[in-house]
Amino acid sequence: MIKALMLLPLAAGLLSFLVRGDLARRSLLLWTARGHALLTALLLYTFVSARSALGSFPPPVPGEWFAYDALGLLFLCTTSALFLGAAHYAVAYLASEKRNPGEDAEDGFIFNNAPETVFTGCLLLFLAAMTAVTASRHLGLLWAFVEATTLLSAPLIYFHRHKRSLEATWKYLLICSVGIALALMGNLFLGAAGLKSGAGLDLGGLLAGADLLDKPLLKAAFLFLFVGYGTKMGLAPFHTWLPDAHSEAPAVVSALLSGALLNCAFLGILRAGSVCSAAGLADFSGGILVLFGLFSLVTAALFMLGQRDYKRLLAYSSIEHMGILAIGAGLGGGAVYGALLGAVSHSLVKAGLFFTSGVVLAAEKTKRIADVRGLWRRAPRTAVLWLGGFFLITGLPPSGIFLSKFVILREALAGRHYLLAGVFLVFLALLFAGMAKVFISMTFGEHEARPGEKAFKEPSGMLLPAAVFFACVMFIGLFIPDWLHRLLEGAALNI
Amino acid sequence: MHTFAELIIVFVILLDLALAVTGSLSSCIRLVAVQGVVAGILPLLAGSGTPHARTAAFAAFIILLKGVVFPWLLTRARDRSGARKDVEPLITYPASIMLCLGAFIASSWLGSRLPLPETNVAWIVPASLATIFTGFLLITTRSKAITQVLGYLVIENGIYIFGLALFVEQPLMVELAILLDVFVAVFVMGIAIFHISREFDHIDTAELSELSDWRRGEYGK
Repeated sequence: MIKALMLLPLAAGLLSFLVRGDLARRSLLLWTARGHALLTALLLYTFVSARSALGSFPPPVPGEWFAYDALGLLFLCTTSALFLGAAHYAVAYLASEKRNPGEDAEDGFIFNNAPETVFTGCLLLFLAAMTAVTASRHLGLLWAFVEATTLLSAPLIYFHRHKRSLEATWKYLLICSVGIALALMGNLFLGAAGLKSGAGLDLGGLLAGADLLDKPLLKAAFLFLFVGYGTKMGLAPFHTWLPDAHSEAPAVVSALLSGALLNCAFLGILRAGSVCSAAGLADFSGGILVLFGLFSLVTAALFMLGQRDYKRLLAYSSIEHMGILAIGAGLGGGAVYGALLGAVSHSLVKAGLFFTSGVVLAAEKTKRIADVRGLWRRAPRTAVLWLGGFFLITGLPPSGIFLSKFVILREALAGRHYLLAGVFLVFLALLFAGMAKVFISMTFGEHEARPGEKAFKEPSGMLLPAAVFFACVMFIGLFIPDWLHRLLEGAALNI
Repeated sequence: MHTFAELIIVFVILLDLALAVTGSLSSCIRLVAVQGVVAGILPLLAGSGTPHARTAAFAAFIILLKGVVFPWLLTRARDRSGARKDVEPLITYPASIMLCLGAFIASSWLGSRLPLPETNVAWIVPASLATIFTGFLLITTRSKAITQVLGYLVIENGIYIFGLALFVEQPLMVELAILLDVFVAVFVMGIAIFHISREFDHIDTAELSELSDWRRGEYGK
């Protein structure tokens, strides 16, 4: 089953380079996404029906390279659900791109798109690599697959072939590749730390023999892994590639980067953190996570307040949420549950918001916040989603994000981290005010008709995935289903 | 046997210094290739007696990749981009070499402080750290996109030597996966360089600075 999960998108991705017809290729994308989601659902069902197991199912065999524990499964489910929505969006998007290719929305120059073959193929291979990241039990393999996600998503960012997207792609490629090279150093340190116990880089072996690990080397390993995967996850101050890549990539790619890719990198950090906690270094690894998490939150808030570009605003909001996840994971205890819930909710909401931003861009032909006014009149359904997404992402109830932030805050107070809780609250309030101004002015406000402007027909195919994701997050905020609760609890035990 | 390995380590350090002062792009590509090949020979000397068939085959693969394929790809990217022949450093060469020497001194200090397992090849840890630093130096102080890729490769060489020093044995599949990643990275970066040269008429990364948080404001007014 696990092999099928990884091989299906791999085979479909390779196949899509051979398929000639656009329509056939798009349906290949769609059906692969559906097949992947179905397999994931089956795997989830096996996990939930095995009632005895918490934390891992079936108990992973030491030395096995691919197996799922609750943590991996949680991230797999998120990725798969997200990709399903993204595939539906992409089909509608590609169809509309085909009709009116090539005029830059902002500066008005003409550009070409990358061949659709490359786009679809890379999307599917990207899914295969992310699936493999969630399944890897060997940290060396995990590294190799994280790097593979960088390389496979770079052509996706460069779908619109013009200067700005090229600049973003180059920064992304170079910063992430070098960052991840540092994570490779971390892996080497980890291997050296485990020489005595003979665990190699097998996660099960490392966790079982954690007492025998060499502590100073393990600390060095965690630092390098944290910086390496933290670059990819977009934690400040290693985040510089993120706003550029997210704002220049097509909306569907931004959604996948923000919702699925950042989580994969987070998983890498969590795996390293779990080895540290098993070896009794939870304070050390947790402290680093909290410190950089808080720094990311503050940095993101400062850059969001003066932001003029709404896609960059969403990108900084991702940095903010990654910071919150890091804080939650670093605090440990019950906060981990909150962080994981936040990871799931953030993925869905942010993907939905990026999907909607793609429609806004198509309607208004600009990414400048100041130039978008009165979305409500021009594209009412888009405006509802845009505003709804804002409420969900800032964590107003009922939103899964509200619940997650609440749990993290409660744990921070219970652990007597008053300063942390105070800064956390102040900046969340600041962010809320800053974002409210932007979203409300874009939705309402007086729309100035430009000469030659035509009425905009809202593409339902591009709005539906966002609506479904938002509904799911609201549902999670009101009521967490039993299976999700057990999955989250099991995953929290894996850290 | 180990004296030969130590000679190689000295050679790696000299290559670092050479990279810091070389002004010609094609020599830089060649120096990085030589460094990759030399690093690829190291594992054959580390053990005593004749090396395993597996080690030998893997070393041969690395040498082929770093010594032949990468220089070929990079030279092709350089020719197609029609770039100028020199590396156009942002700092002077004396400053580069001072930084490189400083890095080597810091690395030897750090290498003696790190709680690493005993190595039987002298200077291997400082050499690897110095190589990684040289890679960062190339990335940050040279303006061309190609030199940034070269810097990435030098970092990779350094990490590879560091892995040898720590005796971390990874399964063959993992080693191959890592190499495949590096290969694809160079390949994709090569394609990106080609596009940059076509789009901007040069491959100077200093010009890749249109995206920032504050541009739009000044631009719009």
